[in-house]
Amino acid sequence: MIRDRRTVIGMLLRVAGLFVALNAAFALVNPVPALGNLSLYNVVFPGRLRLPYGDDPARAYNLSLFDLNAMFASHAVAWAKPADEYRVLLIGDSSTWGWFLDNEDTLAGRLNAKQMRAPDGRKLRVYNLGYPIMSLMKDALMLDHAMQYQPDMIVWPVTLESFPSAKQLSHPIVQNNAPAIRSLIARYSLRADPNDPTFVDPTLLQRTIAGQRRALADWFRLQVFGALWGATGVDQYIPEEYEPAQRDLEADEHFHAMKPPALNEGDLAFDVLDAGLAIAGDVPVLVVNEPILISAGQNSDVRYNFFYPRWAYDQYRRMLTDHMAQSGRPFLDVWDVVPEREFTNSAVHVTPKGSAMLADSIALEIQRMFQ
Amino acid sequence: MTNEIPLSTPRRLALSQAHLRNSALFIVSVLAVFLVQPATPIRQLDFWLPFATLGITLIVWAGAGGEWPLKRGTLADAAVIAGIVLMIAALRYIDPLSAIITRSRPPDILTVSLALGVVAALALASLHSIGPKPARTVILVVLLIALLVILKWEPLTRNLSAGLRALQSQSVASASAFDIRWLGFSYIAFRLIGSLRDRAAGKLPAMTLREFITFVVFFPALISGPIDRADRFVKDLRAPFAFNLADATEGARRIAIGAFKKFVLADSLALIALNEVNARQVFPGGWAWLLLYAFTLRIFFDFAGYTDIALGVARFFGIKLPENFRNPYLKPNLTQFWNSWHISLTQWIRAYYFNPLTRALRQRNVSMVAIIFVSQITTMLVIGLWHGITPNFVIWGLWHGVGLFVHNRWSDFVKSRLAIPPERANLQRAMNIAGIVITFNFVALGWVWFALPTTTLALTVFQKLFGIG
Repeated sequence: MIRDRRTVIGMLLRVAGLFVALNAAFALVNPVPALGNLSLYNVVFPGRLRLPYGDDPARAYNLSLFDLNAMFASHAVAWAKPADEYRVLLIGDSSTWGWFLDNEDTLAGRLNAKQMRAPDGRKLRVYNLGYPIMSLMKDALMLDHAMQYQPDMIVWPVTLESFPSAKQLSHPIVQNNAPAIRSLIARYSLRADPNDPTFVDPTLLQRTIAGQRRALADWFRLQVFGALWGATGVDQYIPEEYEPAQRDLEADEHFHAMKPPALNEGDLAFDVLDAGLAIAGDVPVLVVNEPILISAGQNSDVRYNFFYPRWAYDQYRRMLTDHMAQSGRPFLDVWDVVPEREFTNSAVHVTPKGSAMLADSIALEIQRMFQ
Repeated sequence: MTNEIPLSTPRRLALSQAHLRNSALFIVSVLAVFLVQPATPIRQLDFWLPFATLGITLIVWAGAGGEWPLKRGTLADAAVIAGIVLMIAALRYIDPLSAIITRSRPPDILTVSLALGVVAALALASLHSIGPKPARTVILVVLLIALLVILKWEPLTRNLSAGLRALQSQSVASASAFDIRWLGFSYIAFRLIGSLRDRAAGKLPAMTLREFITFVVFFPALISGPIDRADRFVKDLRAPFAFNLADATEGARRIAIGAFKKFVLADSLALIALNEVNARQVFPGGWAWLLLYAFTLRIFFDFAGYTDIALGVARFFGIKLPENFRNPYLKPNLTQFWNSWHISLTQWIRAYYFNPLTRALRQRNVSMVAIIFVSQITTMLVIGLWHGITPNFVIWGLWHGVGLFVHNRWSDFVKSRLAIPPERANLQRAMNIAGIVITFNFVALGWVWFALPTTTLALTVFQKLFGIG
C-alpha cells in the first residue's frame, strides 16, 4: 500500500514536471503566430472568399478569431497569384464583408461577376478582405497584413462611423494585435496611444499552452470548419427574417460625443486614412465613401439614419472629399447610390440588389482609373 | 460452535473495504440519478423522473423476488434511499441550495413523502401480489416495455408531456416530446427487464436491495451504459476490494483514452458531422461523403469515449464493466461488426430476444433460412426501435437486418465454393481488406437513416452521395 502510494506520488510529480516543462517551452518559443500560417485551406479545403468571422459557429460554420496569420491563411488570397491575374483587394467594414449576403452577392462577388480586365489584358480578381468592424485602424491593420499578397489595386470603402478617433482602438481584433498596431502608430506617427490600456500584451503565463488554449482551439476549429465551408459554401448564417434598419429616428443631433454645429477634423482619424494610403505605397487605392440609408421616416430632417445626424455626415463628406483631393488619390462618393429600400438590418448593410448597384458604380470608376 | 475458517487480516480488511466501497457506490449512484437528470420545461419533472427511476427499480426488485420478511439491512437501505430523496426535497427550503442537486426547485416535502409512501406500498404489493411469480414478471416486463414505447414514440411522448403539463397547470399547447428527457432510462429499463427475465429463468442470484439499486443505477454507466448483467455485476460487488495501483492506473488510462475520444475526436467531428441542417446544404458527391464519414466516426468516438470513461471510473472501484466496443469499424463483415458494436446491447438482445425466438421457431419446424431471416430482421428491428420509434430507425434496423441476412447467406455460399487455401495468404488479406471497406461503407450508409429525422431528407442525402438527380 505504502509502495503504491509512493509510486502514485512519483508518477504525479513526473506528469506535473512534464506539464510545466512543456508549457514553459511553449511560452518561450511562442509558436502560435507560426501555427497560424499552417492551414488546410487552399490545400485540402477551398480558400474562404471572405475573412473568418461569426458569432454563431454552429450555424455559420465560421468563427471570429484574432490571429491574422490564421485568418489570412484561410482566405483564397493566400493562394499563389496567377500570372494572368490583376489582383484587387477590397478592405472595409461589414458592408464590404457582406452582412446577410451570400458570397456571390457581396461587393467582391458582384465585381468579379463583371469579368473585368486590366489594360494589359489580365483578368481582374477582387478579394473580399472586409471585416465586420467599423474602424479605420482595423482597416489599416488588415491592409498592412494584406500587402504581402501582391495587390495591383486596393478598393477601400469607408463611412463616417469608422472615423471617430476615440473608437479606433476599441475593438478586440485591434486590441489583440497590439504589436502590429504599435508598429503602425510608430511608422506613420499616428495619434493613437501606443500604451493604450486596452491593448492585450500576454504575460509569460498567458503565452503558455494553458494560456493560449483559446487561440489554439480557435485555430483548430477554423481548420475543422474548412470541411463544412468546402462541403456547403456556407460561411454566414442568414436568417429568414430580421429586424429592418431603423427608419423612424430620434431627434438627437449627437454623433458620438460630437455636437453641432461644427465637426472637428481632429476628432476624426484622417491620420489613419493617410496611413492606409501610405501602406499601399505605389499600389493604386480607390477610396469609396460607401452608401448609407437615407431615411424618409420620422425626424429624418435631423438624421439620415440611426448612425448619422445630417449636420455631421454632410460635413464629413465635405472633409473627406477635400482630404482625398489633397492626397491626389482616386475617390468615389457613392453615399446616395443605393435607395432606402435596398438596405437590410443596418444603415450600411445592403441587399443583393443594393450590392449590385454599388458594384456598378465602383466598376465604372475602376474602368476610369484604367484609362 | 461453528466450523468457519477464520479470515486472514488482509482478507478481512479487503471485505471491510468492499463494504465501505459498496455503501459509497450505493449512495453516490442514488444521488447521481438526480444529478445527471437535465432540466425539463415541465415543472419539477427533473425531480420526478429520477424519483420514478428509483421507485420503479424498487418495485422491480420486489417483483423479481426481493425478500420476505424484510431484513434489517434492507430496511436500512430503503431508509437511506428515502432519506436521500427527502434531503433533496428539503433543499427546496434552503434558497441558495435549492437547485444544487436537481436542476430546478424540488417539490414540497409533503408531496414527496406521499409519493414515497405510494412507492413503498407498490413495492410491498409487488412482493405479495396475488398470482404466480411468472405472471408478476410478465406484468412488470410489459409495463416497462410500455413505458419505453411511450418514451420512444413521439406522439405518445407528446401526449404524456401534455398530461404532465396539465397536472402542473402549464400550457398544454406547448407540449413537446422534447419535454421528457429521461436520462439513461433506456439502459435502466433493459437492466430491469433483463433482471426480471433472469429471475424467471432462475439465473438471477438473490440480491439485496442495495446491490440491486447499485447495479441498475450504477453511476458510471448511468448515462450510456454498458448494459451489464446482474449476475456478473454482483460478483464484483461481493468480491473483496482493496485499492490497488494496477486497477487505478488502468482506470486512469481508460478515462484518459475515453476523454480524448469523446472531448477531442468526437466533439471535433461533431462540428462537421452530417446533421439535419447541413444535409440540406451539402454539395453532392465527395463533400457529402465527408460529412457522412465524419458522422460515422463521431458516433463511434462519442459512444466509445463515454464507455471508456465509464469503464475507467468503475475500475477505480474494482468493478470491471463489460466492454462495449472492439474496433467495430475494422471488422471484415457485418456479423463481426455487430459482435463488436455496442456489445452489451447486442448481447442483451441476443439473450432475451434472438435466442428465445430462434428456439421457438425451431420448435415449429420452420426452415433454417426462414429462421435466420425472421430472427435477424426482427432482432435488428428491435435494436432500431430501442433508439426511437420512427420510420428512419425502423429502416435503419431493416438495413442491418437485411445486411446480416445477406452476409449470412453469402458466407454460407462462399464457404462451400470459394474457400481460399492457406498458402494464398495475400489473397486472404486482400479479401479481408475489401471486407472491411465494404462493411464500413455499408454501416456508414446505414447511419444516413440514423442521423436524419425524416425519410425524405435521408433519400435526398443518398441522392447527393451517389450524384443522382
